[in-house]
Amino acid sequence: MPSFDTIVIGAGPNGLAAAYRLASKGASVLVLEAAAQAGGGAGLAHLSYNLDPRVEKAMGLAAHGLDWVARDLATTVLSPDGRHLRLRGAGVEGDLPDADRKAWAALRGRLLRFAAVLGPLNQMAPPRIAKGVGNPLWQLAKIGLKARMMGAKDFRELGRILLTNVFDLLDDELSDPRLKGALAFDAVMGGWAGPRSPNSVLPWLVRLSGQVAGVQGALGLPKGGMAALGAAMVRAVEAKGVTVRCNARVARILVEGERVTGVALEGGEEVRAARVVASVAPKTTLLSLVGARHLDAGLVTRARHQKARGGAAKLHLTLKGLPDFRGADPKDRLVIAGSDHDVERAFNPVKYGRVPDRPALEIVIPTAHEPGADGKHRLSIVAQFAPHAPADREGARKAMLAACLAQLEAQAPGIGAMIESAEIWMPYDIEDRFGLPGGQWHAGELSVEQMLFLRPLPGIAQYRGPVAGLWLASAGCHPGGGVSGSAGWNAALAMEGAK
Amino acid sequence: MTHDALIIGAGHNGLVAACYLARAGLKVLVVEKNDWIGGAAVSRELFPGFTYSNCSYVSSLFRPEIMRDLELPKHGLQILPYEGGAMFTEDGGYLGMFRDHEANRREIARHSRRDAEAYDRYSRDILRNCRLIRPMLMRRPPDLASFAPRDLMELAWLGKQITGQSEAQIYDMLRFWTMSIADFLDEYFESPVVKAYQAVGSIIGTALGPMSPGTAYVLLHHAMGDVDGNVGSWGYSRGGMGGITKALTASLRAAGGEIVTGSGVSRILVQNGRAVGVALENGNEHRAKRVISNMDVRRTFLKHVEEKELPGEFVHRVQRFKTRGSSGKLNIALDGLPKFTALPEGAPNIKGDMHFTDTIEKMELAYDDWKAGHYSRDPFQDMMIPTLIDPTMTPPGKHFMSCFVQYAPPKIEGRDWTDADRDGFRDACLNQIERYAPGFKSLVLHCEVRTPRELEAEVGLTEGNIFQGELTFDQMFFNRPVPGYANYRSPIKDLWLCGSSTHPGGGVMGAPGRNAAAEVLRDMKMPAKDMSDAYAIV
Repeated sequence: MPSFDTIVIGAGPNGLAAAYRLASKGASVLVLEAAAQAGGGAGLAHLSYNLDPRVEKAMGLAAHGLDWVARDLATTVLSPDGRHLRLRGAGVEGDLPDADRKAWAALRGRLLRFAAVLGPLNQMAPPRIAKGVGNPLWQLAKIGLKARMMGAKDFRELGRILLTNVFDLLDDELSDPRLKGALAFDAVMGGWAGPRSPNSVLPWLVRLSGQVAGVQGALGLPKGGMAALGAAMVRAVEAKGVTVRCNARVARILVEGERVTGVALEGGEEVRAARVVASVAPKTTLLSLVGARHLDAGLVTRARHQKARGGAAKLHLTLKGLPDFRGADPKDRLVIAGSDHDVERAFNPVKYGRVPDRPALEIVIPTAHEPGADGKHRLSIVAQFAPHAPADREGARKAMLAACLAQLEAQAPGIGAMIESAEIWMPYDIEDRFGLPGGQWHAGELSVEQMLFLRPLPGIAQYRGPVAGLWLASAGCHPGGGVSGSAGWNAALAMEGAK
Repeated sequence: MTHDALIIGAGHNGLVAACYLARAGLKVLVVEKNDWIGGAAVSRELFPGFTYSNCSYVSSLFRPEIMRDLELPKHGLQILPYEGGAMFTEDGGYLGMFRDHEANRREIARHSRRDAEAYDRYSRDILRNCRLIRPMLMRRPPDLASFAPRDLMELAWLGKQITGQSEAQIYDMLRFWTMSIADFLDEYFESPVVKAYQAVGSIIGTALGPMSPGTAYVLLHHAMGDVDGNVGSWGYSRGGMGGITKALTASLRAAGGEIVTGSGVSRILVQNGRAVGVALENGNEHRAKRVISNMDVRRTFLKHVEEKELPGEFVHRVQRFKTRGSSGKLNIALDGLPKFTALPEGAPNIKGDMHFTDTIEKMELAYDDWKAGHYSRDPFQDMMIPTLIDPTMTPPGKHFMSCFVQYAPPKIEGRDWTDADRDGFRDACLNQIERYAPGFKSLVLHCEVRTPRELEAEVGLTEGNIFQGELTFDQMFFNRPVPGYANYRSPIKDLWLCGSSTHPGGGVMGAPGRNAAAEVLRDMKMPAKDMSDAYAIV
């Protein structure tokens, strides 16, 4: 067996991005993946919104098979009376008061501007709030200057909304409940917060700072689905000479003399390397793989308290034919959110570990774009909100599935009779499948108090782990999740800088 | 006669501003719509022989610098610290709190030994954050978008306050300022009742639940005050909360200021873009070189100033300034002292604040009711019996009970409150108390029920919001009340704000009034006489 100087744990987008960058700088890299297939969270997501352009370009993902069936998916906001709204860029089709049409275009423009100003933060290690620690002052000053260059009005507005809540932000400008509902839902995707929670705007801005093929704030559907994106990344790293081993679950990170020396796999095999890059959730890395005895007691306490509550369930349906959502284009992203109040109401019971009656849904029908040979249709659905730790898991799973199906039936009468198979992953199922604590998409909530230099935890936010030779490079690090590769790429850059 | 300064509203902030200006030698007039003085810091006899603190009910936040500057003790103000409190639990037990850290520690240990140890760490961390926030209360927030030397220096000062801590402390502070109290407490405590008691201060007056981010900061807002230098302590003003405004009135009169009561302002007079006085509802007009409004920002600009005098963008923001009321109040005259079955005979906790929502979840559920546009079915109450400390308020053997209640929305499911709603709200509160003190209801001689509707009608707080505007980040510090106007000024020259809609916000604190007066004097290039800077915590 060849020897490696670097082991990457986890073949998700971040692990692969880090592996690629390290290998391209001459490191010999082994990627260990617990699952039978590489790709990690790319197998959970169904749309792309923030693939890092640095990663896409450097890894040559297009040459390795990444292609898009849709680069800028339109959204249809479903309404039970058939009065759907169709959102495309800043435009809205459907019957909507003119004032709302104008207000939304202005608000969207402003949010995209703010997101673009903050965007460069995604492509750097978080600064530390301290003097003489080597912060990239010039880069930070540029971000500050750009923000101020938006003009006094926008600059003050950014200062106002930064920590506010989505519900009020929308309610201040818009009146149509359908529009407000769909936007509120978008803003809280993947979080553990309802639209009325303060601090719910910033995660939305982070989301909007992403792009698809150069278009900011767009949603992309890769050819072959998101798994194809993961596969392209695997091909890219293998072409760079990286070894990817699947079915290799790391049981422990080996620490000797306060240095990382390698990993032990389940089954006992040990693989030695001077550098270990953990692209699994920081909580798992610290508490399970490294273990409390190698860590500072304060850090262990903090890691235990790091918040990782998943609020989303994933539903997969196979239908005999194409469902009819009262005339909506099945190629669109379909959203069932009701109103802004409804989205908040869908969060209420989750706070107490219960299932909502009317979850909000995001539906993607990949087979509408790429028909399968069997003529069947597959629906990929994200349902919010779902409890991450209900008292009765089996009961909650059943109730959640029933609630989702009832929501679908109301928008597409007869859809229930077309279902051939239905599988729902509750947050705890997502935890089991993908190793994400609490089933949290971002490997740790992307909430304001866990962002930037506070992500995953203060003191280890610059990708350097708490033990020499250990690096953190997961979605649990800055700038967070999605299928972006940003955290992995940033981590690799930090490792280069550390030489 | 033209006054140097005319202040609208004889609430505590209006009076504080008036006092400072009068002491600096200005001719000051305060106009008040009610027949009585005091705004929401008031004592009123609403049942024969019983004095009620019928709005605000406890004191801690009132800045000691102001008390001393304006010689309020000399003018009759006396703050009586009260004893701890209790959180009653559904199983018939309780968690008591005392004035002494060690006693609290022992009591917490009764519920969880681990939590008793965490309590030391918790108290230390809260105090550290108080220490940071207190100097910020008595300063004018900077305008983020301004390049004026004063704004830049203020920002630099702020930066210095923050970077004066260790790196780890800065991170802790930033987390604390943005977290929900539920998450914050989870990092310290395990016992549900301990968490519930500590969460009390984080929701009072806000339209947020304990699981809402930003509530840890609200806790700070309630913990940074002191009584006689005991940070975080609370007390009663002798004779009710009106004692504070009575002393302010005496101080103002001693400095030559005047107060006219009994007629509200109908309109603020504006000529050539300058405020020149007010017209009252009774037809009188008062001229002044400057008008300082102690009304909230929405009432001031949307009701009493013509829209054409204001920039459209400013009006847009003021219209969207959040003032959703979240609380109500019951003021009760009692024939005798109720007996709380959980408390042992002679327990001092009855002299403090008492509560019945023994878990964070129950408090959050009460908030869910508010979001749905309903008053809470199982409400959160901050209940106390001030007459156990201050017997001057009632006849001997009788008691006054003050129940602050959350949540009560400004509208019930989108429509106005009816008397039937008000009665339902009252019964939800009384029945809750009765469950923990059987026989309590038969002691009730008189009960005044105040929903946001009554608060707005009587005190003039828009939508019944006790802070004159919600204390969320978008309405705090340089954003309060409106970004670009956190300097107590307005788009109209010589029209100023001095109420709780301005930095640092609500509570009977006096800081907005003091800061506004400081700004007025600064513009007049007059020395701020008798005005101390913020005291540090020793």
